[in-house]
Amino acid sequence: MTVKELLDRHGFTALSLPDPDREVSGCYIGDLLSWVMGRAGSDNVWLTIMTNINTVAVASLTDVALVLLTENVQPEPEILAAAKAKGVNVASTEKPTFEAAVLLRDDV
Amino acid sequence: MSDKLNFHFDVDGENFVSAGQASVQVKKNLRELGLPPEVIRRVSIAMYEGEINMVIHANGGFADVDVYEDKIVITLDDKGPGIKDIALAMQEGYSTASDQVRSLGFGAGMGLPNMKRYTDDMQIDTRVGVGTKITMTIRL
Repeated sequence: MTVKELLDRHGFTALSLPDPDREVSGCYIGDLLSWVMGRAGSDNVWLTIMTNINTVAVASLTDVALVLLTENVQPEPEILAAAKAKGVNVASTEKPTFEAAVLLRDDV
Repeated sequence: MSDKLNFHFDVDGENFVSAGQASVQVKKNLRELGLPPEVIRRVSIAMYEGEINMVIHANGGFADVDVYEDKIVITLDDKGPGIKDIALAMQEGYSTASDQVRSLGFGAGMGLPNMKRYTDDMQIDTRVGVGTKITMTIRL
């Protein structure tokens, strides 16, 4: 499934979508960036509530397919600008992390 | 390619916002060289952790990435406080980072363990009060 298809299916809000046709595979959940660096895989959907500028760097370096911000957290505009510049897909949902993960269960 | 290619970076010790710029630039450079995605991922993650460490603990330093025919060598050199107990620093979850650093999502005590995890060899040369030099090798 592509990032775009995933967002459409679950009604997640696209915040930065430079690579909508990217295929997603697997999921990782975490807010401690080094922990995520050590464990998130390429093409994962990464669920987090962490929205500082380093989130974008970690997403780019781990090569995840999508950062899904849960609990309706909203990043600052410059964070989204950095995400677009680095080719990082970012979306948000009002759902808590567990509920969002359950929704993704059969898609990734 | 008998000669090495060198990428050299100054890591700004004061700036959490720009931390990671060198790693992102290296990722881009290695991609242009046509290296395998998994190698690029390993190099850029190991380097990012090192960069963050230099910002958190050592007030910045220098980072070098040397690309050889059969390996990539990352060298991180700082004039920070040094590492008192390497065995302890290598334990997952052990960190001396401040609360401010933790609020940014760092300080999980995973930096050095991640650097070791993603590289084939890691050497730490540290002296308390003098600085730390870390050399990481990823074989191609």
